[in-house]
Amino acid sequence: MKKENIYLPYLMRIVSVREEAPEVRTYRLQFENEEEGNQFEFQAGQFGEYSVAGQGESTFCIASSPTRKGYIECTFRKTGRVTAALADLEAGSFIGFRGPYGNIFPIEEWNGKNLLFIAGGIALPPMRCVIWNCLDLREKFKDFTILYGARTVNDLVYKHELKEWEERTDVNLVTTVDPGGQTEDWKGEIGFVPTILDKMAPKAENTIAIVCGPPIMIKYTFPILEKYGFKDENIFTTLENRMKCGFGKCGRCNVGKVFVCKDGPVFTLAQLKELPAEY
Amino acid sequence: MDNLIKKAKELLENNLVQVVIGYEKGNTQKSRPVFIFKAENADKLIYDESCHYNLASYITRQEMRHTGKMAVVANIHALKAMLVLANEHQFIEGNVIALAVDGSSDVTELKTFSEIEEYIASHPVELKEKEKVLLEKIKALSKEERWEFWQNELARCFKCYACRAACPMCYCHQCTVDCNKPQWITVAPHQLGNYEWQMMRAMHLAGRCVDCGACAEACPLDIPINMLTYYLSESIESNFGFKTGTSATKLYVLSDYKLEDKENFIR
Amino acid sequence: MKLLKKEALPKLFEKINSADKVIYAPVENHGQLVYRRVSAYDEVKKDYIQTVQSAKYVVFPKIEKLLDYQNSKDGTSLSEAVIDELPEIVLFGVRPCDAAGFDVLKAVFTWDFNDKFYIERAKKLTIIGLSCSKCDNECFCTSVGLNPGSTKGSDILLTKNNEGDYLAEIVTDKGQAMVSLCTDLFSDHKDDNKENYLTKVPVKFEKDAAIEKSTKSFENEQIWFDQAMRCLGCGACTYVCPTCSCFDIQDEGTSAKGIRYRCWDSCGLSQFTIHTSGHNPREEQSQRWRQRILHKYSYQPERLQVLGCVGCGRCSRSCPVDMNIAEHVETIAEIEL
Repeated sequence: MKKENIYLPYLMRIVSVREEAPEVRTYRLQFENEEEGNQFEFQAGQFGEYSVAGQGESTFCIASSPTRKGYIECTFRKTGRVTAALADLEAGSFIGFRGPYGNIFPIEEWNGKNLLFIAGGIALPPMRCVIWNCLDLREKFKDFTILYGARTVNDLVYKHELKEWEERTDVNLVTTVDPGGQTEDWKGEIGFVPTILDKMAPKAENTIAIVCGPPIMIKYTFPILEKYGFKDENIFTTLENRMKCGFGKCGRCNVGKVFVCKDGPVFTLAQLKELPAEY
Repeated sequence: MDNLIKKAKELLENNLVQVVIGYEKGNTQKSRPVFIFKAENADKLIYDESCHYNLASYITRQEMRHTGKMAVVANIHALKAMLVLANEHQFIEGNVIALAVDGSSDVTELKTFSEIEEYIASHPVELKEKEKVLLEKIKALSKEERWEFWQNELARCFKCYACRAACPMCYCHQCTVDCNKPQWITVAPHQLGNYEWQMMRAMHLAGRCVDCGACAEACPLDIPINMLTYYLSESIESNFGFKTGTSATKLYVLSDYKLEDKENFIR
Repeated sequence: MKLLKKEALPKLFEKINSADKVIYAPVENHGQLVYRRVSAYDEVKKDYIQTVQSAKYVVFPKIEKLLDYQNSKDGTSLSEAVIDELPEIVLFGVRPCDAAGFDVLKAVFTWDFNDKFYIERAKKLTIIGLSCSKCDNECFCTSVGLNPGSTKGSDILLTKNNEGDYLAEIVTDKGQAMVSLCTDLFSDHKDDNKENYLTKVPVKFEKDAAIEKSTKSFENEQIWFDQAMRCLGCGACTYVCPTCSCFDIQDEGTSAKGIRYRCWDSCGLSQFTIHTSGHNPREEQSQRWRQRILHKYSYQPERLQVLGCVGCGRCSRSCPVDMNIAEHVETIAEIEL
């Protein structure tokens, strides 16, 4: 459902706040206008422009799954002006939300395949949406593996959900922290995400890999997947560019002939390789 | 011109500089800046009365910072700008060779700060007649008339920042207007927003502006913003006896004091 | 083909005014030619080649309010900016290149998501174009698929003949509606070849070669480095251009109330693509210059089926350091691949 005025945000009320990690929060948002909330639809991979009136708009993915109705969630780290203003809010405050924008993870094409999710640090939020979406349709997929790492134990986000995933017998969760980031009682792996991935020796056959992480992690993860025979069309990732409008008009996220807000943010590695390195 | 070309080739062939920044024949305009990296291209260099763009603005250019030593074809304003840049430690003495041109065919090579200071001292320069006339006209207006004059002029501005880009003194990697925490100056190009921008820029140039007029010439809308900075130049000189762009070492007037300074503004 | 006699023009203006429409036309303002609101025909500049600024601001103002906000302890309200009471505008004396430029803006602002602010303004806009009997060194419409008598984008196109009267081509329904306001001013005219009254604009490069070569030149770093060396990285070319449409969205006000607006922005400015982390995908001016050229000559043709440049030459005339776009594109079109 497209709004008549594409610049006018939905008014959202923060219904709960969760501190995930230092400077990282998750907000659960409900549409103040119930009818708008009932009509709102989105799919995994899409993002929105979240705003604090008077401070500006900021771009994050929608971190909750579209299978869960009645609310959306966003997770952000306090980095700039708008995220600092967002971080000052509490449950009961209002923010603006424009969306959903962008393309989607083609989950239907993954039916019957093994899924390998690889995420690092603050990049788990864009993946969380598609992970829960797929878990809510668990019977459609075969093996389900999640590899997630952060710098330190404290930096891992969605800690309680990690526990939930760990306890599921139909999910293989591997968590890791950078060497030196472990605590005394840390039971997970120790090592950078690409290193652990290599240790896991993932099987490429009939497997889709979804990778989200900081540029440095991505740079060393793709070669590992290639080493194990993953084809470029079967590796998915998301791009983050500076965005403003979210719908291909302001020009900011134009990379080659692609607009990250319209043709992305979800790309296969095959598509990524065709883009000029301006992201 | 031949001397200039000869000098440029000499400097490049002997690896004394990695680039010569000068003027070449233009397309839309009669002349335009050119960057000569190879001696064989030095034949493009020209110098005539159409060459007045202040090339000192390229000294602090990002690409130039990695290039090595440079030679800059410098008119008086560019030389003055170089001294202000030198004062602000934007380049090391000897890394930028000024090729001073005075309209004749002579080219004077100036390598040290004191050589530049001496040259400037012996080549006094004034505002162009047109500029003098306009400045006096604005000064003669009453406060209300002046406010209205600038209201009309600044309403037209659309914040393209050509003035900032052309000014040799505006080299901040992140300009005040680009800062959003806090948002010192609004991004908006409405009248008030344009005021904020131009006034702030003028204040940041007080005591630093060398009166080259590059800002006004660069402005696509012909807004005479150089009048703001010229006025401040005059104020600085009359209040503090400080002539901008004459010394590479004298401390910046607004961050220095003498014991004899008047203190009648403290009440 | 109709004829509009020269004496009829002041009457045309009067008729338009009395129909409650507002006329914008080229006038001299602060020593420059720009589009401004006029009431009478005698205010309009008669003999000129091109204005400094384009007329795009009538559909895409340099600053435009998007919404008002209010924050209080009871909550936040966001109300959209009201644009229902915009006047009907007639843009008079627009050159064929500029008229075609409005098509590029339309392609951007109606691409999948309809921009209400643009659409409402465009709905109320009628364009009376004026073909060119003169050109200068910066004009290059014939290199980008246009010509000095092109009707593309105009609702009515006027061509001045040797008697000083105007051949009038009624191109669209909107044009016809304008004529209906004052049918007595437009008389039938025998088919006259307007080519007789048009200037000749030399072709500087071949359009398809420009598109093909620029698309294939992304990796040719030397050419972008050479071309962009003197580019200052300001927004002058962007803001005078009739087809450039990039913008910024910002909030302004106190924590209690204020507005969200959009304003013109330029891909030439260094901070255009910077991430909050400090990473800038286009750190060098050569990359930003390349973006300007390729956006207009490669990406827009491919995605929106419009060439993003109409050959008006304004950017070249306004650039402080003579970045002549036709000269640059000519160089690119002649690259050996």
